[in-house]
Amino acid sequence: MTEIERHEYDVLVIGAGGAGLRAAIEARERGLRVAIVCKSLFGKAHTVMAEGGCAAAMGNVNDNDSWQVHFRDTMRGGKFLNNWRMAELHAKEAPDRVWELEMYGALFDRTSDGRISQRHFGGHTYPRLAHVGDRTGLELLRTMQQRIVALQQDDHAETGDYEARLRVFAECTVTELLTGPSDAPDQPGAIAGALGYWRESGRLVLFSAPAVVLATGGIGKSFQVTSNSWEYTGDGHALALRAGAELIDMEFVQFHPTGMVWPPSVKGILVTEGVRGDGGVLKNSDGKRFMFDYVPDVFKGQYAQSEDEADRWYDDQENNRRTPDLLPRDEVARAINTEVKEGRGSPHGGVYLDIASRMPAEEIKRRLPSMYHQFKELADVDITAEPMEVGPTCHYVMGGIHVDPDTGQSRVPGLFAAGECAGGMHGSNRLGGNSLSDLLVFGRRAGLGAADYVADLDRRPDVRPADVDAAARMTLAPFDPPSARTGGASGADAASGAGANGAGESGAGENPYTLHAELQRMMNDLVGIIRTESEVAEAQRRLGELRTRVRQVFVEGHRQYNPGWHLALDLRNMLVVSEAVASSALLRTESRGGHTREDHPGLDPDWRHRVLVTHLARDGEPDGEHDGGVDPVLPRVAVGPAERAPMREDLLALFDLAELEKYYTPSELAAHPGNTAAPEGGTA
Amino acid sequence: MSYTGTFRIWRGDTDGGALTDFEVEVNEGEVVLDVLHRLQATQAPDLAVRWNCKAGKCGSCSAEINGKPRLLCMTRMSVFEPGDVVTVTPMRTFPVIRDLVTDVSFNYAKAREIPSFTPPAELAPGEYRMAQVDVERSQEFRKCIECYLCQDTCHVVRDHEENKDSFAGPRFLMRVAELEMHPLDVADRVPAAQEEHGLGQCNITKCCTDVCPEGIKITDNALIPMKERVADRRYDPLVWLGRTISRRRG
Repeated sequence: MTEIERHEYDVLVIGAGGAGLRAAIEARERGLRVAIVCKSLFGKAHTVMAEGGCAAAMGNVNDNDSWQVHFRDTMRGGKFLNNWRMAELHAKEAPDRVWELEMYGALFDRTSDGRISQRHFGGHTYPRLAHVGDRTGLELLRTMQQRIVALQQDDHAETGDYEARLRVFAECTVTELLTGPSDAPDQPGAIAGALGYWRESGRLVLFSAPAVVLATGGIGKSFQVTSNSWEYTGDGHALALRAGAELIDMEFVQFHPTGMVWPPSVKGILVTEGVRGDGGVLKNSDGKRFMFDYVPDVFKGQYAQSEDEADRWYDDQENNRRTPDLLPRDEVARAINTEVKEGRGSPHGGVYLDIASRMPAEEIKRRLPSMYHQFKELADVDITAEPMEVGPTCHYVMGGIHVDPDTGQSRVPGLFAAGECAGGMHGSNRLGGNSLSDLLVFGRRAGLGAADYVADLDRRPDVRPADVDAAARMTLAPFDPPSARTGGASGADAASGAGANGAGESGAGENPYTLHAELQRMMNDLVGIIRTESEVAEAQRRLGELRTRVRQVFVEGHRQYNPGWHLALDLRNMLVVSEAVASSALLRTESRGGHTREDHPGLDPDWRHRVLVTHLARDGEPDGEHDGGVDPVLPRVAVGPAERAPMREDLLALFDLAELEKYYTPSELAAHPGNTAAPEGGTA
Repeated sequence: MSYTGTFRIWRGDTDGGALTDFEVEVNEGEVVLDVLHRLQATQAPDLAVRWNCKAGKCGSCSAEINGKPRLLCMTRMSVFEPGDVVTVTPMRTFPVIRDLVTDVSFNYAKAREIPSFTPPAELAPGEYRMAQVDVERSQEFRKCIECYLCQDTCHVVRDHEENKDSFAGPRFLMRVAELEMHPLDVADRVPAAQEEHGLGQCNITKCCTDVCPEGIKITDNALIPMKERVADRRYDPLVWLGRTISRRRG
C-alpha cells in the first residue's frame, strides 16, 4: 500500500469558503482542534465572487425592516418551499453575524450616520444588503481568513506553534469520507475521518476526525454556461451521498438572470444584481423595459406597474412599489429567456442592462467598480456609456445535503453541512444576498453543532484500514490503463511511486476534459433553465452513457500537480450530482423557482408540501445496467418524494391568508388565524 | 477570427525545466488562460496552471507573460498580434512547483507576522460608527485579491532571496497601512512597519503599483504615507526624547 500521511483532528472542515471558515472559527473558539481542507489556495474560494451584498435585517437604512419581514421575503422568494426553521434562524441571526464581522475587521460601506449601509436587491422589501461596493464576498472571505490568522497568532503566542489548534490544508482534495460500522441496517455508520490527496505532490493524506463539516459549495461546473469556478463540482453533495446522507430539492438550480454573454470565453461570468438594485434596468432590442410584462400572478400588486412609479420608488419606497426589474431571480431569468427566444434579444443572444443612461459616469464607477473594470477589460464595453449585454447563467444550487436546521447535522452521525452544499434554506429559489448571510449563520451553527457533537461523544469511531485501502485505490484508479481495471487487481499498485504511464498504452481510455465538456453541454441543453419530460429523460439516458465512459477515464503523466487527474476525480462527483438533478427534475411535474417545466407550467399546491429526496440506490431498488450491489466508483442514486414539515403556526400567521392561498392547499390553511370561516368543501 | 498562435511555455519542476513551443488555436475575445486550457484539453493534459474564478477576482492565475507579471485570466489575446510569440513563465520570485505553478507559501508566512485587527474594547457588536470617507482609505487596500504580483515584481525580493526574511513585501506592508488607517484599530503599527516588516527597504520605485490588477495605488496611498508616519516619529524631537528615556529605563 502507498505510504499515507496521517493527521488527527477533532473537526475536519472541507471547504474554505465563507461557510467553512465560519464553521472553523466557531469550532476552534469552542476549544477544539480544527483542520480546514480546501482545493484551492487559502483565500481563493468561490465566496470572493459574491458581489452585491449580505442580507441582514439591521434596519440601518429603513427602520421598518425586521427579521419577520426578511423571513417573509425569503419564503416568498423560495415559493414557500423553504425549510421554514432555517429561514427563521437565518432572518433572526444574520444581523449579529454581520456585526461580528466588523469585530474581525471588516469595513462595509457606511450610511451618513456611520452605520453599515444597506442596498436594495431583488425580492427584498427594504434595502437590506450590507455591502462593500460590488466586492462584498471578497470582504467577507478576507475578513474570515484574517480572523483565522488572528486565532493562529493567539495559538502561536500560547504554544509557539501557529498550527497548534487550527491548520489549513490548502490545495488538498478530499476524495472519500470514512465511517465507522453501522449500528442498524438502515443507519449509516458515524464519521471516522476522510481520505484526500495533496494536489501539489499527489501524496495521499488520511484525516482521523469524529466530525466533518462539509462546506464545499455548489455544482455549477456541471453546466456549460455558469458563473461558478472550477471548484464547484458538487464534491460535498457526492461525498455526503456516498457516506449515506440524503440530498433534497436537487431539481432547483438557480440561473442568475444577468451573466455576461460576450465574448464567448467569458460567457456566464456574473453581472451583479446590484446593477439593478442601484437603478439599472433591463431593455430588449426595441428599447422597451420588458419586465413590466412579466410580473406573475403571485406577485401582482407588489411591483410597480409603470416606469414612472418604478423610478420614483428608488427615492420614496413608502408611496411607490418597486421596479419589476427586481423580481426574484427565477422570474427575471425566465423573462430574459423568453425575450431572446421571441426575437427581441441583443446581437449576442442576451438582453440589454442599462445603467449608463440612469446615473452619471462617476457614480457608476464608485458604486460598481468591479463591473466597470470587468466589462472594460474583458469585453471592451464602457458601462458608463453603453448598455451591457446579459443573459442567464447557472449560478447556485438550492438543493443540497439534508441537514437538521439548528445543528447542520445530516443523517450520518458526525457529518455536518453548511452553505450552498446544504439544502432547504432557500426553497425553490434563493434571493440575492441571502447566500452570504446563509453561510455566516449556518457556518457558525454547523461549527457549533460539530463542537457539541464531539464533546458528547463517548468514543471516536476508528478508521477501518480496508476503507482506507478502497478509497486510496479509487483515488488512484484514473492512472490505471482501463484494460487493467476489470477484476479485483486494480488501483494503487500501478500508480504508487511515480506512477508514470507510458503514452504508448493510452490508445484506450477516455479524456477527462472531453467528458467534462460533453457533460456540461448536455446538462445545459437538456436540464437547463427550461425543462421538458422528453429532454430530461434524454439527459438521463446520456448520463447513463457518460457513466460508462467516466469509468474508463485515463490520465497521462504523474501525480504531481496534474490537472487531468484532478478533473478525472471531480468528474465522478459531477456525474452523480447531475443524475440527482435530472432524476429530481423529471419527477417534479410543476414549475416553481429554479425548476421550470414547459410541459407543466403552473405552480401545483400539491407539490408544495412534497420534497424530493435523493439517496443512494439500495438493494432491490432499480439499479440500471449495473450488476450486483452498489457500484463503489459511481454509485447510483434514487429519488423519491417525502412530506415537508408544516410551518409552525406563529410563523404561518405572519402571512395574509390571501397570499398563502396562492401556494397552499385549503386543508393546510385550516389553522391559520385569518381563516375564520369554516373551510368549504369538507377537505379540512 | 480564429488563428493559430505560437505559445512558448515554461515546463518543468523543482529539478529544472525549459521553454516548450506550442502551436494552438486562438479565438476572438479570448484571454491567455483560455488558450492554456485549450492546450490542456488537446495537447498537454498535465500542464500545471493554477486558476480559479477566471474573472479577475480571486488572484490565483498569476504568472509572467512576455516577462511581465500578469493575471492569465485578465490578459486578452487581442493585445498581441497574430504573429507574436506569447511567452508564459511562472512567477520568478517564488520557487517553482511545476510548470506555471509556484510555491507562494512565503506570502502566507508573512501574513501571519502582521498583528491582526485590534478592536476597541469598549464597543459591542453593532456599535461601530465610521464615516464613509474614513473607511475608504483602507477599503482601497482591501480590494487586494492577493495575486502576489506585487510581491513577484518587487526588486527587494526578486532575485534577492536573502531579503525575504526581513521584508514583508508590498502586499503586507500595505496590510500594515490598512490596519494603521482603519478608523477603529487601536494598535500602534508604525514602529513595527519599519523595524520588523522592512518598510525601509522599499525605495518607492512603484513597480508594485504598475502590476496591480486592481489598480491599487500601493506606493502612493499605502507605502509612502507609512514612511511618512515612520519619519514623523523618528525625527520628531519630542518622540525621540521620549524613546531615548524609555530605552534607558528599559
